[in-house]
Amino acid sequence: MRFLLVEDNPDLARSVQTRLSLDGHAVDWAASLADAEDHLAASGYDLILLDIMLPDGDGRDFLAAHRRAKRDTPVIVMTARSAVSDRVALLDTGADDYITKPFDFAELEARVRAVLRRRMGAAQSLQTYADLTFDPLSATITIAGDSRELRSRELRLFEILLSGPDRIFSKAQLVDRLFSAAEAVSDNAIEVYVGRLRKKLEGSRARIETVRGVGYRLTAQ
Amino acid sequence: MKRLWFASSGSIRQRLILQLLVLVAVLSWVLYLSVKTVAGSAVETTQDAILGSATIAIAEELRGGEDGVAVDIPYTAFSMLGATGEDRVFYRIIIDGVTVTGYEDLPLAEEPLGGLSPVFYTRSYQSETVRIAAVERSVLVGNKPARVEVIVGQTRSAQDAIVAQMANRAAALGLGFFAIAAVLSLLTARSVLQPVRNLTEAVGRRGPQDLRPVERPVPSELAPLVTALNQFIARLSGALTRTETFIAEAAHHIRTPLATLRAQAEITLRQSPDEATRASLRAMIRSVDDSARSVGQLLDHAAVVYRTDQRTEEEIDLVALTRDIVAAFGPAADLRDIGFDLSLPDAPIVMTADRLLLESAIRNLLDNAVKYSALEGRISVGLALEGEGGAGLVRLKVCDRGRGLSGTRSSTLTGRFRRGSNVADVVGSGLGLTIVREVAIAHGGDFRLTERDGGGTCADLSLPLG
Repeated sequence: MRFLLVEDNPDLARSVQTRLSLDGHAVDWAASLADAEDHLAASGYDLILLDIMLPDGDGRDFLAAHRRAKRDTPVIVMTARSAVSDRVALLDTGADDYITKPFDFAELEARVRAVLRRRMGAAQSLQTYADLTFDPLSATITIAGDSRELRSRELRLFEILLSGPDRIFSKAQLVDRLFSAAEAVSDNAIEVYVGRLRKKLEGSRARIETVRGVGYRLTAQ
Repeated sequence: MKRLWFASSGSIRQRLILQLLVLVAVLSWVLYLSVKTVAGSAVETTQDAILGSATIAIAEELRGGEDGVAVDIPYTAFSMLGATGEDRVFYRIIIDGVTVTGYEDLPLAEEPLGGLSPVFYTRSYQSETVRIAAVERSVLVGNKPARVEVIVGQTRSAQDAIVAQMANRAAALGLGFFAIAAVLSLLTARSVLQPVRNLTEAVGRRGPQDLRPVERPVPSELAPLVTALNQFIARLSGALTRTETFIAEAAHHIRTPLATLRAQAEITLRQSPDEATRASLRAMIRSVDDSARSVGQLLDHAAVVYRTDQRTEEEIDLVALTRDIVAAFGPAADLRDIGFDLSLPDAPIVMTADRLLLESAIRNLLDNAVKYSALEGRISVGLALEGEGGAGLVRLKVCDRGRGLSGTRSSTLTGRFRRGSNVADVVGSGLGLTIVREVAIAHGGDFRLTERDGGGTCADLSLPLG
């Protein structure tokens, strides 16, 4: 995915850029609102990550102007404040979601996916792989007319595997994207979720393969 | 009765009215006396003129002869006097010092007489007050001039009656004047104090959040007061803004570097294959979260303590507020596959409270429940009205399937920086429940933690409505 990060602190911006690129996302960095306008004029983005306190203005004003201009790139606001009224005010201004600093990248990814799913709408979000149909909005997999519901973490695991069929994801990589980094889990915790997902995929040509000593991949027979 | 927050030094209105009434009473009395005096003297002058004419008429009828003086008292003289009612009339005629006719003891004038222009005096005679006029003239008696004095007296009952009547009228006039002036002074007091009342109303009607200067035009006497008030409002508003800016800036300046630290740790975590390094990086990230949470709660706590003194009350729908806060927790809870079971009433539950305080309390309750729930746990959030007709209490109950309290008392856990005995592995500052308790107390409510049947903890926040 292609992100525009609007954040004035260079250390934080570089860290976010690096961390997101590890998950295969491309991140452009704008250090000010003017900078952000230039980037938006030059290219399209899947999502904007917007800080509120910026050197040349308030991120909320930028957000309001962005929505008034009928630009529909989703926006997730990053803020240091956690008051619910702030959140409600931000959502009213046109933010798609809101995340409090310091944030967890697994949580950020979950929120980004949720926002994109909501944005895409039911028809366009349907994906097919092998003989199954995947609906991320309702979190269901349909195999030969038989629908199975996925729980939150199973859904996210399936989305990650589906983003690169036949690509091998290491256990650590999957744990880092599925669990909060603050969670005291071992890398083997992923086995439980892989096991559950395999159960949900039963009867389909799609299956999750264990690559011994390396990780997992989604393949179709 | 309305409670006053300052010592009262009496009412300006009462003082003003009292002073105006005293002034009006004095003026009415002076009016009464002047009218009475002027009327009295006017009556006396009129009476004197009649009495004088009668006396002169008698004197003019004197005829000198060869051996004496003929006195023909004219009927008209007495008819003039008699016109004034039931007064008695006395006369005395003296020729060369000898009383020839009339009352011999009718008092003489003390001053010298002035010919035919009468001299008037008042004397007590026959136990009555008598007004007397005296004239003199010379009459020839046998070619020799003789000095004749004519003295006529008249009792004053008719005059007194007229004066008394005049006095009554003057009194009525004074009373009427007093009544009208009293009404006018009430109206004056009212109109003089109207600007004060307007100002009081304009300031009193403001909400606690309204810190604009008072701009209503006021009389110049009130201008210094309004100026002082506006300066005070400006200082208060400055202090409020500084406090809120400080809290926002503090959060920004602490949380941004923490975010960098956490991101860097996650990058390292992502790139290190070694399980031990990964475990220690996770511990590091937990500490970052711990610090961030503590900063949040310290600032929350500061805001709660500060807001408890400076409450900004508004009508709040608890159902919508709870739903919003649960929604805000959704993604974080989702990450751990934790779900919420909401049981909220359909109708709004409106109470008057400070939004920021209530929000802090509910957020901390949910934060606790999410924090202590196991992966894939469920948290039930219930909101219900209690008491007769739903008029009494609103009760928010948040129950998790966490580790419970292990016998630690509820009151211990709500103390500042106190934590349970079984939570060493979960991040926390020990301020969350303190905030909840303080908010409960500030709104006259109650907060209590109990063990949940079948494991876990229930947090129970009850707040009185209205």
